[in-house]
Amino acid sequence: MRRRSLLTAAAASTLAAAPLAAGCGPASSPSASGGGSRRGHLTYGVWDVYQVPAMKRVAREFERSRPGVTVDVQLTPNGTYWTKLRTACTGGSAPDVFWMNGPNFGMYADAGQLLPLETDGPEPVLRSADFPPDLVSLYRWKGVQYGVPKDFDTVALWFNKEIFDRAKVDYPDASWSWQDLITNAQRLTDRKRGIYGVGAPVREQENYYNSVPQAGGWVISPDKRRSGYSDERTLEGLRLWIDLIHRYRASPTLQQMTDTDPTQMFQSGTLAMTYEASYNAATFHADRELRAKVDVAPMPKGRRRATVLHGLANVIYARTPQPELAREFVRFLGGKRASLLQGKYGTAIPARNGTAEPWAAGMPRFDLQVHLDALDYAVPYPSSANSAAWQHKDQMWLAKAWSGDLSLKEATSSLTTAMNQLLAQERKGES
Amino acid sequence: MSVEARTGPVVPGRRARASAVVGRELRRRERRFRHRDKWWGYALIAPAGLGLAVFYLWPVVQTVYYSLTRWGAFGGTTWIGLSNYRTLVADPEFWQSLANTGIYTGLVLLGIPLSMVLAVLLNLKGLRGTGVYRTLYFLPVVTMPAAVAVVWRWLYNGDVGILNQALSALGIDGTYWVSDPDTIRFAVAVVGVWMTVGHHMILLLAGLQSIPADYYEAASLDGAGRIRQFFSVTLPLLSPTLFFTTVLSVIQSLQVFDLVYLIIGANTQNSLQNPAFGEGQTVVMLFFQKAFFDNQRGYGAAIVCVLFVLIMALTAVQFRLQKRWVHYA
Repeated sequence: MRRRSLLTAAAASTLAAAPLAAGCGPASSPSASGGGSRRGHLTYGVWDVYQVPAMKRVAREFERSRPGVTVDVQLTPNGTYWTKLRTACTGGSAPDVFWMNGPNFGMYADAGQLLPLETDGPEPVLRSADFPPDLVSLYRWKGVQYGVPKDFDTVALWFNKEIFDRAKVDYPDASWSWQDLITNAQRLTDRKRGIYGVGAPVREQENYYNSVPQAGGWVISPDKRRSGYSDERTLEGLRLWIDLIHRYRASPTLQQMTDTDPTQMFQSGTLAMTYEASYNAATFHADRELRAKVDVAPMPKGRRRATVLHGLANVIYARTPQPELAREFVRFLGGKRASLLQGKYGTAIPARNGTAEPWAAGMPRFDLQVHLDALDYAVPYPSSANSAAWQHKDQMWLAKAWSGDLSLKEATSSLTTAMNQLLAQERKGES
Repeated sequence: MSVEARTGPVVPGRRARASAVVGRELRRRERRFRHRDKWWGYALIAPAGLGLAVFYLWPVVQTVYYSLTRWGAFGGTTWIGLSNYRTLVADPEFWQSLANTGIYTGLVLLGIPLSMVLAVLLNLKGLRGTGVYRTLYFLPVVTMPAAVAVVWRWLYNGDVGILNQALSALGIDGTYWVSDPDTIRFAVAVVGVWMTVGHHMILLLAGLQSIPADYYEAASLDGAGRIRQFFSVTLPLLSPTLFFTTVLSVIQSLQVFDLVYLIIGANTQNSLQNPAFGEGQTVVMLFFQKAFFDNQRGYGAAIVCVLFVLIMALTAVQFRLQKRWVHYA
């Protein structure tokens, strides 16, 4: 595959040599009108099999507007995407354009693996104003922009109407507070039938990255030097989940949720409520039976309303042989046409402002506006240069508190030490 | 073997002179052959040898080198001497994973007596359907560990697993086998035994069948009963096979990765939430985590170097000890 694409690239570049030799004009002259004569072959690395149809469709659209250009969408499953990409980057053979996420971005940007993207000038790759500011800044490193936001996900409370009806509990709405969540989850729990009110797993994006800011806490300081895991408010945000399991007994235990994923429990009708990111909407919608039973509401309010905002970005490999063509492609991907097309497939909410509606409209049974409105109270996704390393510590230590093996104080104080140590190593470039 | 021996006894007279000439000629030819053979030999093993050197020996050397460096996410190594090893000695996660691996290895070794019993039973004369049983016991060996792990994960499921359903029929309350820190090691070891028992059994069966029947006849003439025969004839003559399976088992168990990784659910999105993760994590899993997720590849290299030395040492000790109990007939 790789070999073939190299050969085609070689063939294409030979073909391209003729007009280049004839034209020899300034490098940035064509393409503004969309009818550039540039030929070439691009590879586009993605990891989500569900999004491949949408990505292929968008790539074809790009090919159509640029005759002589081919784009090859390369799928690497999530499990091996990052190890493979890192090796490919080291060896100089990474895809020209590929997906990036928040936890991994810092490492790639810091190591100079990504191509800086223009945000102003006559032909910017992206205009910051076209995207939610938190998403743009998620892919900015030391003042330089490296990624064009591709999509975003917010978190909301998904619930099973059938279980609510049976327990005669009103459906959740925007007025719910944490206390409402707790009392109603307790009322919905029916141990005899094996039904629980709400799932409280050790999930960052879906669970505690939301409850922590809702309680007024923080995960990492803005200067990315300190861990927030010993802040009283942070602990309050974490304690919500532990209490739901142990004190209010309204959630399955951590062991149960390890054996059976809470999202699976929700899908099989044994969990009344679950915190889910927007990308699961399409999964729920695909199941005809489930589709009729479930809906979505905003997350209950803590001291304030908050949802963590995460989204992927398209980035360009620093050593791509075709930086100009790659820029054009990435600009196209972040453009209105490609965004609307992507949204139609329902697998992800396009990041570009004003293009999210088709995503929500595609699944009219669900009140998906909730996920879109969440942008108004979104908080940035916690990240640093080597986020992956401390997120690993996060989950390991917090799991001990969730299971009750350690008190929350013990777990978080160990976690704070470990995380601060990793952050110090990052600064020394030891990551 | 000397040339004289090959050309027969030396006799006086003409023949002796002739044979001396022939002998000289033979010796000369043999020397030349040996010389040429040597190069042929090297040429023939070159493809395999080269592969071994490029894909095994050189990486081993590199790994040792990297264990003495700090290795950034995208290459670029910095020499830091023994610093990785100092970190390792002070890392509780390493010691915990080493203990986990040791316990796993110990438990999996218990599978050898079990496979011995199976092999002896399958070797009984006049037993019907041995072929079927042999196949059944051997099936787990040829099944992919990934598939095995996924299936066992379901069997062990605390809420809907078949194991707990069976136990509840007996009035016993089962636990969450693979997410309970107290049971994870045993749960994993049971699968480890289940997966290797067939392999050991086949080897032992072959060993059993190579013991000449005369020995048993002689033993029974001397008045030895079946039990006595087992301990005085079977066991000593099987000891080379037992030794082999033990050495192999220890090496494999110390390197266990895929089985435990998948049973713990480390492949799933929120794997680390498994409260039994720390009690289940093996040394190779820790290496994998450090090298490929935490981007501390120099440290990862140090972990596997320690494991490598440990396996070598344990195997050497076993070879030392074999003199005490292994009988080569």
